[in-house]
Amino acid sequence: MTSQTRKDLFKQGAIWAFIAAELVFFSVAGEFLSVSDKAFMDFDNMLLLLKQSAPIGIIAVGMTVIMINGNIDLSVGATFALSAIVLLDSMTWPVFAGLGDWVIPVSWLLALLTGCVLGAINGLIVWKTGVDAFIVTLGSMLGYRGLVFMYNGEQPTSNLNWTLVDFAEAQVLSLHTATWFLLVVTLLIWLLMTKTVHGRNAYGIGNNREAAVNAGIRVGPHFLWNFILIGFLAALSAVVFYSESGSVNPNDGMLYELWAITAVVLGGTKLSGGYGSIISTLGGVIAIQLLRKGLGHIGADTETVNLVIGLILIAVLFLDRQLNRKGKEELKI
Amino acid sequence: MTDPTPVLRLEGIVKTFPGVRALDGVSFSVLPGEVHALMGENGAGKSTLMKVLGGIHTPDEGQIFIDEEPTQMTSPQHAKAKGVVFIHQELSLADELSVAENIFLGELPLKSFGLVDWAKLYADTNAILKTLNVGFDAKTRVGDLSIANQQMVEIGRALTVDPRAVIFDEPTASLTDAEKVVLFDVIADLKARGVGIIYISHRMEEIFKMTDRISVLRDGSYRGTLITAQTDEDEVTQLMIGRALDLSRNVSHHDMGPVALEARGLSCGDLFRDVSFSVRQGEVLGFYGLVGAGRTEIAETLFGLRDPSAGQILLNGEEVRISSPMEAIRLGISLVPEDRKGQGLVLGMNCRDNMTLPQIDDLRTGPLVSEGAEVAIFDQYRDKLDIRTPGWRQTVGNLSGGNQQKIVIGKWLSMRPEVLIVDEPTRGIDVGSKSEIHNLIRDLAAQGYAVIVISSEMPEVLHVSDRIVAMYSGRVMREFTSDEVTEDSLIQAISGIDGDKVA
Repeated sequence: MTSQTRKDLFKQGAIWAFIAAELVFFSVAGEFLSVSDKAFMDFDNMLLLLKQSAPIGIIAVGMTVIMINGNIDLSVGATFALSAIVLLDSMTWPVFAGLGDWVIPVSWLLALLTGCVLGAINGLIVWKTGVDAFIVTLGSMLGYRGLVFMYNGEQPTSNLNWTLVDFAEAQVLSLHTATWFLLVVTLLIWLLMTKTVHGRNAYGIGNNREAAVNAGIRVGPHFLWNFILIGFLAALSAVVFYSESGSVNPNDGMLYELWAITAVVLGGTKLSGGYGSIISTLGGVIAIQLLRKGLGHIGADTETVNLVIGLILIAVLFLDRQLNRKGKEELKI
Repeated sequence: MTDPTPVLRLEGIVKTFPGVRALDGVSFSVLPGEVHALMGENGAGKSTLMKVLGGIHTPDEGQIFIDEEPTQMTSPQHAKAKGVVFIHQELSLADELSVAENIFLGELPLKSFGLVDWAKLYADTNAILKTLNVGFDAKTRVGDLSIANQQMVEIGRALTVDPRAVIFDEPTASLTDAEKVVLFDVIADLKARGVGIIYISHRMEEIFKMTDRISVLRDGSYRGTLITAQTDEDEVTQLMIGRALDLSRNVSHHDMGPVALEARGLSCGDLFRDVSFSVRQGEVLGFYGLVGAGRTEIAETLFGLRDPSAGQILLNGEEVRISSPMEAIRLGISLVPEDRKGQGLVLGMNCRDNMTLPQIDDLRTGPLVSEGAEVAIFDQYRDKLDIRTPGWRQTVGNLSGGNQQKIVIGKWLSMRPEVLIVDEPTRGIDVGSKSEIHNLIRDLAAQGYAVIVISSEMPEVLHVSDRIVAMYSGRVMREFTSDEVTEDSLIQAISGIDGDKVA
């Protein structure tokens, strides 16, 4: 094994070591501080944790692809909300009245299609105008959120379908439906990024766009496909979450983009692109969810949780920077 | 001539880098009011010498004197404080700031409370601009100025101190003829003020028009100083090339095939005009010229990165339109770019992935990339090109320059191209690997590839090429066969001197 692979393994293992540390810390601290008498590492608690990781997790997996590409997508939260509205509202449309429960796959498809279209709009603008993805998706974040409010004003959009709720709350091999979606998405996108041409090109473009162009890779269409992918995943995340909850508030999904980015960055993906791992992003998602649950477990309130996550994020990135720069010339600012 | 005190004197400057003696006892002096040319081929040590003078490198041995006072330069700021200022070839200006802010960047005049004294800033700047005799004022945004005027801003920056010596590094590289006249006026003005000027350039006509004396470097050592009025181009050229140069051309005459690639009257805006050439299968065609002569732009046009404004490209006798690199690759044209790290390699990727990047789409089984096929290709070209790496997993960024270049070459060879364009094949590569790359290029030609080599290094071009196209300022000046070419005629052709003058 070369030192190269060892270094990679170390870096990819870091997030899992962090998760292990969290588990130990909260288990021990829970013994003294917890308000409940259940152990933190209780099996059901962990299953629930995975389920709760799913909505952000599915988006974060897509965000990893976008960020490896050297782009970013700030509109995922709004895409999430709009797809959720299409999902719930379309089930009540008179055209589908005769379908019975067959309306469910139809609504799912419509919701997923919505996500793909919204993603494609982002991708096309980035490709055709050459404007930075940050700016484009900042605009579409506001625009898509505007559409959400236009749809139903400040009112929530609700429709509870019990067949759907049963499906969403089902547990196969103990894992919830949402968890399965998260794991399957992670596996598929991991395959995409590590084993396919598209994945290889994504790393190449993110690492050195000019060299990628010189190797004959068409960068624009590549970006478009990735934006469609993340739009699809944002919609899938909505499908998974709202199948169970049955009601969308127009503010739902706000800040999801930032939580997704946080998880991706915590998982070691570089903002500048060209480097990152889907599996580590899954680790990042779980680490954040553990932190939320664990801090709750030992009696901290929500505000404290956000403060701690923010501090940890900065600390982790500082540490990463120090480790990476070791031996190289230290850049003076 | 009475000997006035030199403003700047270098004595026995030695600077070694691992494996290279970059400067080997360089001594010369610049008198007040003198324009002193510094000449030498690329790699002769001019830039290293300037970096020593600017305090970026500390010399291993030797001494710098300013007004006969021994001085140690510790940083560019320090050099400037001592009155030694540089006008670099590459401009380093903040486009969005005004002329005044650029000229006094880092040393803005302040009022109390740390506020900028704008009135003084603009007044001081306008005073400097007046001495430069330029047509813009202190408040102009630098990004709105022409390149020539931006250079004037750079010169203005040098004048914020009372300069003793000003070093111009290829100042005319991006200037039009009219703009050069303005620059030469400024230089004459500085000269009249008793400032010593070091003028670095490859362009003979300018050197003979502008300078009083010429010092020549070759392979890091000082080869002498000539008085401009008492010498001629041939003498300077000889001093630059030296007789000790290994002139073995290494051009093995093997059979060549039909013409593979031909350009007819190819133009691209102002970058190059009416360029025609052809390269046969099994032939190495060298392009030689100064930086900015349009050679790289021709390569980029052939590779689909630029659209030609006129002319035709013929591949195997048929006209082709090359609209993108993808198209070029499909047609069998490959480019090993000038900037290996910026344009050729994905530095964060491993060796294998870099090598197969353009062709992984053909290495699939179903949707998945066949890693076995990739490793096979890597192994084959690692052996063929003798790439030294611990394994394909090694990140390319950690390889030496020579091995990186071989990865890029291997990347294209594995695609079996018809035409291979290599831009600056050995830039930043150590001497040993250089000859390996040269031999590789000759081998490729012997195997029947049509190879175009672009280089700024004359020994390299002479060494590998069957024919040489000499370019000057976007035009083909002359074409030489390897039998007829001489260093003198080549260097004069790329300096814009008409080839017919040479015997």
